[in-house]
Amino acid sequence: MIREIQFTLNGEVVALTCDPLKRLLDVLREDFGLTGTKEACGEGECGACSVLKDGKIITTCMVPMGAVHGCEIMTIEGLRETQRGRVIIEAFADGGAVQCGFCIPGMVIAAESLLEEHPEPTEEQIRLGISGNLCRCTGYDLIVESIRLAAQRGKGLW
Amino acid sequence: MAKKPIGTPLRRTDAIAKASGTEKYLSDMQFDDMLYARMVRSGISRGTIQDISLPPLPDGYYFITYKDIPEGGKNELVMIKSDYRCFAEQDVRYIGETIGLLVGPNRSELADLVDKISITYNEETPAITIEEGLACTGGPFVGTDNLFCDFTINKGDIEDVFTRADRIIEDEIITGWQEHVHLETNAALAQPSGDSYIIYASAQCPFYVRKSIAGLLGLSYEQVIVRQTTTGGAFGGKEHFPDVLAGPLLVAASVVKRPVQLVFDRHEDGAYSVKRHPSRTIFKTALAADGTILGMDIDVVYNAGGYESCSYVVLQRGVFHATGVYNIGVSRVRGRAVATNTFPSDAFRGFGAPQTLFAIETHMCHLANELGVDPLELKKQYFLKQGDSTVTNGHIFEKVVLSEMLNQVKTASDYDRKIKEYTLGSGKGIGIAFYNHGGAFTGNGEQMIIKAKARLHKRADGIVEILVGSTEMGQGLQTAFTKIVADTLEIGTDRIVYPNPDTSVVADSGPTVASRSTMIVGKILERAALEMKNRWNEDTDFSTEAQYEHPEGHPWDQNTFQGDAYIAYGWGACVVEVSVDPLTYEVQTTGIWSSHDIGVPIDELVVQGQINGGIIQSLGYAAMEKLDYHPKKGFKQIGLSDYIIPTSMDFPSQQWDLVHNPYPYGPSGAKGMGELVFNGASAAFVDAVSRAIDCEIREIPIPPETITELLV
Repeated sequence: MIREIQFTLNGEVVALTCDPLKRLLDVLREDFGLTGTKEACGEGECGACSVLKDGKIITTCMVPMGAVHGCEIMTIEGLRETQRGRVIIEAFADGGAVQCGFCIPGMVIAAESLLEEHPEPTEEQIRLGISGNLCRCTGYDLIVESIRLAAQRGKGLW
Repeated sequence: MAKKPIGTPLRRTDAIAKASGTEKYLSDMQFDDMLYARMVRSGISRGTIQDISLPPLPDGYYFITYKDIPEGGKNELVMIKSDYRCFAEQDVRYIGETIGLLVGPNRSELADLVDKISITYNEETPAITIEEGLACTGGPFVGTDNLFCDFTINKGDIEDVFTRADRIIEDEIITGWQEHVHLETNAALAQPSGDSYIIYASAQCPFYVRKSIAGLLGLSYEQVIVRQTTTGGAFGGKEHFPDVLAGPLLVAASVVKRPVQLVFDRHEDGAYSVKRHPSRTIFKTALAADGTILGMDIDVVYNAGGYESCSYVVLQRGVFHATGVYNIGVSRVRGRAVATNTFPSDAFRGFGAPQTLFAIETHMCHLANELGVDPLELKKQYFLKQGDSTVTNGHIFEKVVLSEMLNQVKTASDYDRKIKEYTLGSGKGIGIAFYNHGGAFTGNGEQMIIKAKARLHKRADGIVEILVGSTEMGQGLQTAFTKIVADTLEIGTDRIVYPNPDTSVVADSGPTVASRSTMIVGKILERAALEMKNRWNEDTDFSTEAQYEHPEGHPWDQNTFQGDAYIAYGWGACVVEVSVDPLTYEVQTTGIWSSHDIGVPIDELVVQGQINGGIIQSLGYAAMEKLDYHPKKGFKQIGLSDYIIPTSMDFPSQQWDLVHNPYPYGPSGAKGMGELVFNGASAAFVDAVSRAIDCEIREIPIPPETITELLV
């Protein structure tokens, strides 16, 4: 079964004819070449494939294309072009949040999502906000600190 | 203006590209005519293959096996040992052993076809556990006793000590498998290029891959060009294991004459990749009437799985760390790596030391309980000091700063108050552990085996290139090396580039393992940079190269394992505080404090990242990373929904400290640290939990289910 699916991808309306059961993750990486979204678990546990769907964080390995029709999707490639995205990315770099980097694009998406909800987050709110994103390198402390730094630097953006 | 100390944090050179998603990992790479591969593996633990029945393969699909290895090629992967076969032939040793590679243009079609391959076996009785391996269950399959290696080191006369002892305390400590869970799964790609091949691999050691696989096709090392791709975590899991992907891919590329990519999905990576060695350590400790420890007889067995690979070396490190940070007057340590019908165990951060260090720390607590003394007081009495002899009859050369580290963690954690307040069995506990890690290769391995070289190239545009085989895998090496070279040349870090290594371009600086890169390769780079600095104005485009120089006065006999096993150690102290739910036995960690001696930090933020990450990985090892084995099905917890690693909610933020203790042979006084920081938190956690529940613990991991079993 093949369907035409229309959605907004990083601000641009796009259309794709595909199996509605195809994973959004594969469409982003293969059909649109947006490889900033990573696959690490394939079962919605690790958050490496996170994007924003209508402003809410989702794991694209669990989302079939049929559920994307008419939605707004923002990936790391879109977020990095925004002022908010740049603030988070710069804070991650300065705060030592990045080691191997494989979880980091998803972690940046999670940071955007939690800052949208809590512009001045407490440590607990940050830890809860990134609890769906696994990192094996950092032990999370410097990611938490970097998100706090982003909140300070980007005061008023969220 | 005064020069800033080298440890002042520099923004990591790779941070922006990684955080903004522009950095390319192996699975992000595409070639126009690229084919994909899926591995076909043994479905049984032990037996012989009777028949392989393939579904009809569409045009453009290939099934690659050992039969595709050409004449003159050898079906082996050359690791430390060469026993690991690239493809199984008739017999299979474990679930997941590579039998073939299915190659074709469409990934979902490949997955369907692999499911339709039917293999029939003549099954035999496997040996899964250490005990079954030692008992040769099903008959030995390695030699006559299933032992890949068996050796003993003596310090003094243990038999004499046992005759003099007032009592002998026996203790058995067990540790389980641990999966690396680098977020990027294993991945590699082979591309034919004239009479050569280019291998792209998410790998720690590009020169290891080249050495391991060239013989499959009878190629020279130069005909196998290995390019490391940006590596999304490794932790030892990409030390030898990339060979297991790259070998079959090389054979496949020689047949299909096109690039072939193999990327494991998470379930494959969990079920069919190497793990940390499970261990069993048995102590027989001789005590005098006054409680003095006279000597220890220690029996260490590691479950090596189906092939030896690097198990002998892992075991050596385990044995050489078996008495931990303590000066035990007399000791005998026997080490055995036993073959079993499980996936081969291999390198994992700490490389054999975490198992025995957990065992000795836990055993010291049990001895203190036996003697009715405070464990910390007992441990302090035996702290190693400068000049003390080691378990291999070598010496400790550096000033040992354990007391300073102890003071730091005690003050930071309010240890003295809490140890009194949290009575045994109160549900609250605070634990402490001490640990070390010998830097770089054992003994004279750096001098005799590795012989590392490092090269710098000053380009005409004034940019300096770092050309070494050492790899960035997340630990911050690109940043550390950039700083060391810039600091020596007295130029800005923005004038240094350090690309991912290509074996046809860079100097072989040895593998990125053993906490050796900063300490050993960093020092060689410092010397190459000094030479470059002297010639800076002479030429516009030139290279300098330096080679490893072994410090004098460190005798080591690799045959008898006597002498200085390590020239320098990193040292650590860690305190962990917990509270245990009286109904569910869930453990909440409420505080983590650490102090380390790593010489001098090259970058304080990189160092903090290593400390934080290493300690959390170690706490996961002790608290939650349960990995069971089913003889018919293999590892039970293979995805991230059942193999549980720490999330941001599981542990609180850490307090950490350093004691500066410059190492004279390291760059700017630095020693290795990447593994050290893994070596102790698990024992501190178990000490805390056993106090909270007032019950001795002899096994990790200890999820709530295990605590329940202990108490009910």
